[in-house]
Amino acid sequence: MKKLLIALLFAPLTVFASDEGVYLDKAPVNLSDYPSIQRGAKIFTNYCLSCHSAQYMRYNRMVDIGLTKDQIKKNLMFATDNVGSTMKIAMRPEDAAKWFGVPPPDLSVIARSRTPDWIYTYLRSFYLDDSRPTGWNNTVFANVGMPHVLWTLQGEQVLKKAGKDGSKPVFELVKQGKLTPDEYDATVGDLVNYLTWMSEPARMKRLETGVYVLLFLGIFFILTYFLKKEFWKDVH
Amino acid sequence: MSAMQKMMGWIDDRFPLTATWKAHLSEYYAPKNFNFWYFFGSLALLVLVNQIFTGIFLTMNYKPDTALAFGSVEYIMRDVDWGWLIRYMHSVGASMFFVVVYLHMFRGLIYGSYRKPRELVWIFGMMIYLALMAEAFMGYLLPWGQMSFWGAQVIISLFTAIPVIGDALSTWIRGDFVVSDATLNRFFAFHVIAIPLVLLGLVVAHIIALHEVGSNNPEGIEIKKVKDPVTHIPLDGIPFHPYYTVKDIVGVVVFLMVFSAIIFFAPEMGGWFLEPDNFIPANPMKTPPHIVPLWYFTPFYALLRAVPNKLFGVIGMGAAVLIMAFLPWLDRAKAKSIRYRGPIYKTFLTLFVISFIGLGYLGTKEPTPVHNIFARIFGIIYFAFFLLMPLYTSIEKTKPVPERIPE
Amino acid sequence: MNQQVDRSKRRFLVAATTVVGGAAGVVALTPFVLSMMPSERAKAAGAPVEVDISKVEPGMQLAIAWQGKPVWVVNRTPAMLSKLPGLAPKLVDPNSDVPQQPPYCKNVNRSIKPEYLVVVGICTHLGCSPTFRPELGAPDLGADWPGGWLCPCHGSRYDLSARVFKNMPAPMNMLVPPHYYMSDSRILVGESTKKGA
Repeated sequence: MKKLLIALLFAPLTVFASDEGVYLDKAPVNLSDYPSIQRGAKIFTNYCLSCHSAQYMRYNRMVDIGLTKDQIKKNLMFATDNVGSTMKIAMRPEDAAKWFGVPPPDLSVIARSRTPDWIYTYLRSFYLDDSRPTGWNNTVFANVGMPHVLWTLQGEQVLKKAGKDGSKPVFELVKQGKLTPDEYDATVGDLVNYLTWMSEPARMKRLETGVYVLLFLGIFFILTYFLKKEFWKDVH
Repeated sequence: MSAMQKMMGWIDDRFPLTATWKAHLSEYYAPKNFNFWYFFGSLALLVLVNQIFTGIFLTMNYKPDTALAFGSVEYIMRDVDWGWLIRYMHSVGASMFFVVVYLHMFRGLIYGSYRKPRELVWIFGMMIYLALMAEAFMGYLLPWGQMSFWGAQVIISLFTAIPVIGDALSTWIRGDFVVSDATLNRFFAFHVIAIPLVLLGLVVAHIIALHEVGSNNPEGIEIKKVKDPVTHIPLDGIPFHPYYTVKDIVGVVVFLMVFSAIIFFAPEMGGWFLEPDNFIPANPMKTPPHIVPLWYFTPFYALLRAVPNKLFGVIGMGAAVLIMAFLPWLDRAKAKSIRYRGPIYKTFLTLFVISFIGLGYLGTKEPTPVHNIFARIFGIIYFAFFLLMPLYTSIEKTKPVPERIPE
Repeated sequence: MNQQVDRSKRRFLVAATTVVGGAAGVVALTPFVLSMMPSERAKAAGAPVEVDISKVEPGMQLAIAWQGKPVWVVNRTPAMLSKLPGLAPKLVDPNSDVPQQPPYCKNVNRSIKPEYLVVVGICTHLGCSPTFRPELGAPDLGADWPGGWLCPCHGSRYDLSARVFKNMPAPMNMLVPPHYYMSDSRILVGESTKKGA
């Protein structure tokens, strides 16, 4: 009875809400793969950072993923020369709203609001659609205002079969880009890896600290348990 | 006389330090048979301290301004040294507060801790619960994410259901015609100073009332009825210090293990403690597709939606919270503890717990017709548990309760 | 109650729990203490600052912000410089023995190039920013005023090498920040040599 009640009390916690009705691929996120995050950072600053800002992210934070300040300055910074500054962009939000319909969102925490899987699938699901002003549409984000920025890498694909009720849509590549499909997936994977890292740069430190804290508490538990046992010898 | 004793004497002549220590710890006699369920009172106190302490440090960097609030939270998460830890301790702490308080309340329910002479302990506890709900609700606006904004929008709009003054009242609460800078600023004031002061006062009252009448126990036996004829110490009582202090420390360490595991390895708790939509800055022009309150409010939220009338929905939701305060007078059974009660009570209690959790689950889901039917059934059981209590507790026979706590 | 209480075991367990728990408490407090140190934003604002000194005319002072503090660049004329060695008897620390400057500025001019003084414009008494008074023999400062700074708060006086005069509230010379010449006309305040930036 007691066990049943406890199980029932915690039952809601085991139900995870993630049903969006759209098929999502699993993003290959590995936050200890620094080279991948570094490659992702390069794609991010080259392709994303002209329209999207990451206004809470400081360039020098990338020291955490194994880059030196000189490398950051030389390879990743185009807008500013203070390595401690945040990833702001020159484009004004009102102009952006005029061009794209809505201002492109800031990407600092996009991996936390959208989830890595969503971004990974989204960036690989652009297809040609003449009815759209940009010429592009997307199966994950229908009628999206953003054009397919990475098309030179992926090439052009058309939608063969729409994914209904959470099934996987089928695309056909009609024009090969600079990368093969596998290379393109890996590149988007790197980008998503970077975005995930950027959404919470403290994560690796958090996990590491957690191990020490739990180890300590485990030892402390033994100590306090024996203390309690010793005193409770008195109680009959 | 040692220097230490001299100093204590000096203080005791001016302030009842030793007397207070004795009255509340070393000579406060608690029943010797506390079980697992009795950890959650001291844990609630621990979480309260955690919230106040981490909260103070968060206010050092948080900005209660619609243009800056969201950014200041990210600033804490990134730029402030260890800011992420302080923020997670606070956000996870908020959810853990409700976990601990719900378990603490459930303990009171099954062992009849609300019964005479502990009615005021229970009433103060209910007031703490109400203050805690207000505190959590206002605190959730502060990160100024989409869920913060729309959650506040919905809850404040509940007041419009009140006839005549409703519209004016909700405008007054917001200080504007929509949730705005004025709302954020005043919620900040209430969250960081007004309600914490009320909470602290109520916690003190809760403990003073408890120590006046003495603690209940899993048997529901009044240990004060059988005292040692010479020392006047309850025969089934043991001094709170050192016995329960050392025991509660073990509980604290185990709790800290769970707490730390969540903080360090799953601070979002799969979206239950920090919602994904709250990582999008508040946008008054666009409601997120799926808007739900945080898990600790969902049972009442489900009740609100289950009633197909705005005013009665709000009344039902408020009544669901307030009716718990009347438990001391609704329960007519001879025995306090579930251990001496019959199958009718146990059935009602089980159905109540299932309904409460069921409502909590439904509150997180879309209000489909099937969900609404379930929510109504659960809602009826929820209220039946309380409203029929005078009836089923007075007709049901209870087992005889012994004078002393059995070995 | 049990008569055979092992007192020493109890004392050991109480002491061990107190010590370990207390130490953990101190460790748990350190993140909170550290969170009150300058944040990454403050550090970014405190990053080294480049200054173009070609615009500073002889006898003039340029004020820039470094770490939010006023830093002065003064272009001293030969006439001003010639007065500096002779002031030694009137000064608290004429040879700059107190490390209020990088080693490469421990000279009578307290600078790398004689004419350009770079100094943090904060009085060493209680943190006010002194007023630049370069005019020799200013009427309100006395006929023998060699030029320098006067602190408006408590009247401390400094010469044109930012060295404090004797019998003033301020205890020592003003601070010369680390700096170096990136080129003839540009200096970087905040670092002594070119680093990996």
